Amino acid sequence: METRNLICIGCPLGCPLTVNIEGEDIKVTGNTCPRGADYAKKEVLSPTRIVTSSIRVDGGDIAMVSVKTKSDIPKSKIFDIMKEIRAARVDAPVAMGQVLIENCADTGVDIIATKNVARA
Amino acid sequence: MTHHDIVIIGGGPAGLAAAAAARKAGVQDILILERDRVLGGILNQCIHNGFGLHTFKEELTGPEYAGRYIDMVEAEKIPYKLNTIVADISPAREVTYINREEGLVTIQAGAVILAMGCRERPRGALNTPGYRPAGIYSAGTAQRLMNIEGYQVGKEVVILGSGDIGLIMARRMTLAGAKVKVVAELMPYSGGLKRNIVQCLDDYGIPLKLSHTVTQIHGKERLTGITIAEVGPDRNPVPGTEEYYSCDTLLLSVGLIPENELSKGAGVSMNRVTSGPNVDDRLETEVEGIYACGNVLHVHDLVDFVSQEATLAGQNAAAYVLRGREADKGRQVPLLAENGVRYTVPQTLNVDTMEDAVTVRFRVADVYKDRYIAIYYNDKLISRKKKKVLAPGEMEQVILKKSSFADYPDISRIKICTEVE
Ligand SMILES: Cc1cc2nc3c(=O)[nH]c(=O)nc-3n(C[C@H](O)[C@H](O)[C@H](O)COP(=O)(O)OP(=O)(O)OC[C@H]3O[C@@H](n4cnc5c(N)ncnc54)[C@H](O)[C@@H]3O)c2cc1C
Ligand code: SF4
Repeated sequence: METRNLICIGCPLGCPLTVNIEGEDIKVTGNTCPRGADYAKKEVLSPTRIVTSSIRVDGGDIAMVSVKTKSDIPKSKIFDIMKEIRAARVDAPVAMGQVLIENCADTGVDIIATKNVARA
Repeated sequence: MTHHDIVIIGGGPAGLAAAAAARKAGVQDILILERDRVLGGILNQCIHNGFGLHTFKEELTGPEYAGRYIDMVEAEKIPYKLNTIVADISPAREVTYINREEGLVTIQAGAVILAMGCRERPRGALNTPGYRPAGIYSAGTAQRLMNIEGYQVGKEVVILGSGDIGLIMARRMTLAGAKVKVVAELMPYSGGLKRNIVQCLDDYGIPLKLSHTVTQIHGKERLTGITIAEVGPDRNPVPGTEEYYSCDTLLLSVGLIPENELSKGAGVSMNRVTSGPNVDDRLETEVEGIYACGNVLHVHDLVDFVSQEATLAGQNAAAYVLRGREADKGRQVPLLAENGVRYTVPQTLNVDTMEDAVTVRFRVADVYKDRYIAIYYNDKLISRKKKKVLAPGEMEQVILKKSSFADYPDISRIKICTEVE
């Protein structure tokens, strides 16, 4: 049996988790809420992250619009995703929730805006 | 002089939640004064996720979380003024503000809610010899430059201080293509949240050097490198442990302090530990009708707690303007923070007129393992709860029930402390 100690990143409480792995059977303790157990299972099987960044806006009242991956993506894809985000430019106005890059880096996940940017 | 029932200073998450709560409690005439060009406060530049899980059961980014509260304020049509700096608050609750359209204006407030947030400790806090070349920023300034104004801040980076902003910026700069070489922390523990160490440093293999500080800054016009060294228990550098890192950027994440110049002017008594006002369980300062919430009261790491606290301040300010002060507030009992507990908020409890349950928030002084958090009424132990880990970077809380005071007619103090066994 393998035991791993993780810190849950589900929310800023950062609960210390203990994961017992016996083949297919994964037991999680130390979590305050069910998200902690889900996180620990995912982290040992296939770790994922939400990526947040910002994209340059042309003609906006501010220069950058903040963005995120609409759902979590494999950890190994973070830098491929960032490459597309850094190369992207969008025109103002931008609305919160608007899709700015579809299927980013072939992950099947879209990049969406997390704030409104009005025209300058 | 124009009169408004409630005037809120600051339109960050604290000010917005206080406004929404005061309106819900029945106050029509509310005014929010915000010096920035938009509402939302510091959250506008905190573009990472991890906000609001407890409030909305959803993990939001800073701007999205702020957006929820801005929507509430807009839906309720609560008036606000942007680009408006509050310059003075008098003990009689006269609020003086300045903006381009109206110039200098003084208004009378029925109640004032202080929600000005906090600012970063100035870089003067860095007592290192050498020049001050370009390339040294506070972490929050770098965050604003990158996330809102769109500047590439640097290519080779060293970060001093492991507070949350420093950790978040280590990841942010790595994702933007920079090389973050090391995060150096003076203390033997990080001041940031554990989750940020995991997902901002460990994920990217960025080393965290605890008990280290910057001893030398190299470069005249532009930063070319820095030297860091280990510090001993006296926090002085240990000779022979110096290491040189070449870099063009040094970020300082050396802590936040509540923004309280205005509060002092209003005659509010200040707490030496929190650098925020002293308040009772209603979040009222020692000046009648002036309330405080959010980072101006004490520095928070979780915006969810800011919103909760601000809701309470909004409700209490509303009760005050709608019903006035009761003839007798009843017994006021001080809360004492002792033995490893650095402070409590609130600092006093109105045991006769308090809500059924009051949340007391506090921070500990050091990293402790397997310690108890104990509560005493006078000298009598009331409760003891074991905690696996306590750290200064994580705010703790206990809940005090009104019913628990029924048996203590002569209560004169409440003590919250840590205990080893
Ligand atoms: C870098 C960073 C990362 C964080 N990460 C997280 C996280 O991952 N998860 C989480 O839950 N929390 C996080 N937090 C904590 C949370 O964001 C803050 O605790 C919260 O934003 C504080 O809200 P506030 O309204 O008290 O202050 P602020 O957001 O600072 O708002 C104060 C407002 O008052 C205005 N103001 C100040 N003085 C005046 C004046 N004289 N006149 C008019 N207006 C004035 C300011 O312009 C500002 O808009 C983070 C905080 C920081 C700084
Ligand atoms: S287990 Fe739940 S409460 Fe604990 S850190 Fe994870 S998400 Fe937050």
